[in-house]
Amino acid sequence: MTARTLLSGLFAIGLGLVGLGASPAAAAEGERHVHDFSFSFEGPFGRYDQSQLQRGLQVYSEICSACHGLKFVAFRTLEDEGGPALSEEAMRAFAGQHEVFDVALDDTRVATPTDFFPPSNIPNAPDLSLMAKARAGFHGPAGLGINQILFGMGGPEYIASLLTGFTGEEREEAGTILYENTAFGGYMAMAPVLYGDDVTYADGTVATPEQIAEDVAAFLMWTAEPKMMERKRSGLTAVLFLTVLTVLLYFTNKTLWAPHKGKKHG
Amino acid sequence: MSGIPHDHYEPKSAPEKWIESRLPIIGLLYNTLMIPTPKNLNWMWIWGIVLTFCLVLQIATGIVLVMHYNPSVGGAFASVEHIMRNVNAGWALRYTHANGASLFFFAVYFHIFRGLYYGSYKAPREITWIIGMVIYILMMATVFMGYVLPWGQMSFWGATVITGLFGAIPLIGESIQTWLLGGPAVDNPTLTRFFSLHYLLPFVIAALVVVHIWAFHTTGNNNPTGVEVRRGSRKEAEADTLPFWPYFVIKDLFALVFILTIFAAVVGFMPNFLGHPDNYIEANPLVTPAHIVPEWYLLPFYAMLRAITFDVLFINSKLFGVIVMFGSLIVLFLVPWLDTSRVRSGRFRPMFKFWFWLLVVDFVVLMWCGAMPPEQPFVIISQLGALYWFSFFLIILPLLGVLEKPKAPPATIEDDFRAHYGDPGEVAAQGSAAQPAE
Repeated sequence: MTARTLLSGLFAIGLGLVGLGASPAAAAEGERHVHDFSFSFEGPFGRYDQSQLQRGLQVYSEICSACHGLKFVAFRTLEDEGGPALSEEAMRAFAGQHEVFDVALDDTRVATPTDFFPPSNIPNAPDLSLMAKARAGFHGPAGLGINQILFGMGGPEYIASLLTGFTGEEREEAGTILYENTAFGGYMAMAPVLYGDDVTYADGTVATPEQIAEDVAAFLMWTAEPKMMERKRSGLTAVLFLTVLTVLLYFTNKTLWAPHKGKKHG
Repeated sequence: MSGIPHDHYEPKSAPEKWIESRLPIIGLLYNTLMIPTPKNLNWMWIWGIVLTFCLVLQIATGIVLVMHYNPSVGGAFASVEHIMRNVNAGWALRYTHANGASLFFFAVYFHIFRGLYYGSYKAPREITWIIGMVIYILMMATVFMGYVLPWGQMSFWGATVITGLFGAIPLIGESIQTWLLGGPAVDNPTLTRFFSLHYLLPFVIAALVVVHIWAFHTTGNNNPTGVEVRRGSRKEAEADTLPFWPYFVIKDLFALVFILTIFAAVVGFMPNFLGHPDNYIEANPLVTPAHIVPEWYLLPFYAMLRAITFDVLFINSKLFGVIVMFGSLIVLFLVPWLDTSRVRSGRFRPMFKFWFWLLVVDFVVLMWCGAMPPEQPFVIISQLGALYWFSFFLIILPLLGVLEKPKAPPATIEDDFRAHYGDPGEVAAQGSAAQPAE
């Protein structure tokens, strides 16, 4: 058992425990119910789980991409270390499964690694590249963002809640069928997409609707914020360096002023 | 400068004399850096350095961002994503620039409320205060136009709402609005002119910062007691002050680096917390967001704008809201003449203290109301908040000078400093004398 499969195994167990143990700490904002899923990338030390991003990529390709697009994401970035980290061959093969429109040829051709994921297929389906950040509402009491700071509630929580939030109620409005969703807080145009057994994971992870929703939400967090791991690493370095500098300057300042100050009178 | 007696620069070596007789720049830098500074300045006097740093940071990161940004309706949003994904450390530049604006306003609010509390606007520092207010207004204009550049939903609709304010002016309003936008609605001409002005205004601010510093170097710094530095003799002046270098440079640097530690944590761990998620959706003139809100630092004034839901005489609610919003800033310019108290520092003004802290609470509550949807109870809270904002400046501040009995400030800055930290000579004497006795 390699470290990676061990990790993903532990992760799956962890998810299971979360699924069993977590009280549905759904934060209510009006009528919206966003569940506080626990993602590996939350907090200052949070990291993307590569296997989860790869599963999310599979979910996106097999389900979401039927309608939605990822026009800001280049195929080559699937190889990035802070992302799904596909091998070069896998990334090239994945790109090769797509066709893109080439302005210079005035025709479609097979995609290369420097091309981008295709845009949305239908005008009503929004592009998903940035959705995890665009839906990162505060989800917090009184607009203060406390849930976001304390529990890391954000866009991925919304996406996963949305995918698992269909009640089964339908309504027809001006010839369109709308579907009730608790995360959306009303009726929406997108139909339920997860029914169970929607994908078959290569790594043996059981594809429950919750698992699929979390995996694709994590993947979309990466598409929205591909440099997150690099950012947190640099942030940590900067904070540590500046903390040391603060301490040094504190003592420099204290020493400098000491001859001009007597005993503090309070 | 500042009329405080201190040593001046004397060129000693031949090259120094050669330069100084042609361009007295070394002397200017020396006298600026060595300015006698009241030694009792507290930690609220560090914001000036933080603000200067912010201006430099914003200009430096902004100049590099411009190299990769595309100021066009079709390309702006994608070019920002290009910066975030493909430019080396582009994400760091953009997040630092966006959060740098927040740090800038965080610091400026402390700086302004510091000035209000300690009466830094009072004679002879009125011009320093007014230039500061001009800088603040320009900062708001700059940040507003900068927020339009990523061309997200909030960029577009924020620009639509704010430029729409000018449309409320009778007769000429619509012409002004069209002139500002470069057309009937927010579009490519709006984006390009906002981009141009967003690049220009920081340099205007930089020039005004120089004048701001020049002005308070002429009058000398205020300090927590509001008591002036004694200028009678060099000995007296030196008892009240210490040179800016190294004492205040090191103190300010310590404070700056401490604040930057927190700033780095925000940029590194929660860079989008202060921004609005809707700005990650490309601008769409056909879809209006549910709630249009500006960034947090403009919210108090936005709340006052929206608080006016009623017509006043012949003035309709929209125009009166605009008058109230701009008026809330104009009163700040008049503060030096609205405050009638003989005593400068709020430290010695018992009644003023209460009303001042109520104003701070009012500001925070208005900020919160500005972020909430325009419905009850936020409308009534905003109305009360706006009422207090104006009452403080137009009624309470002038009346306090008459009604309040201020406490006596210390005679000198030296007295205040010694009351706090003791007399270094006394401690040294005690230390050597006390030991054998024990």
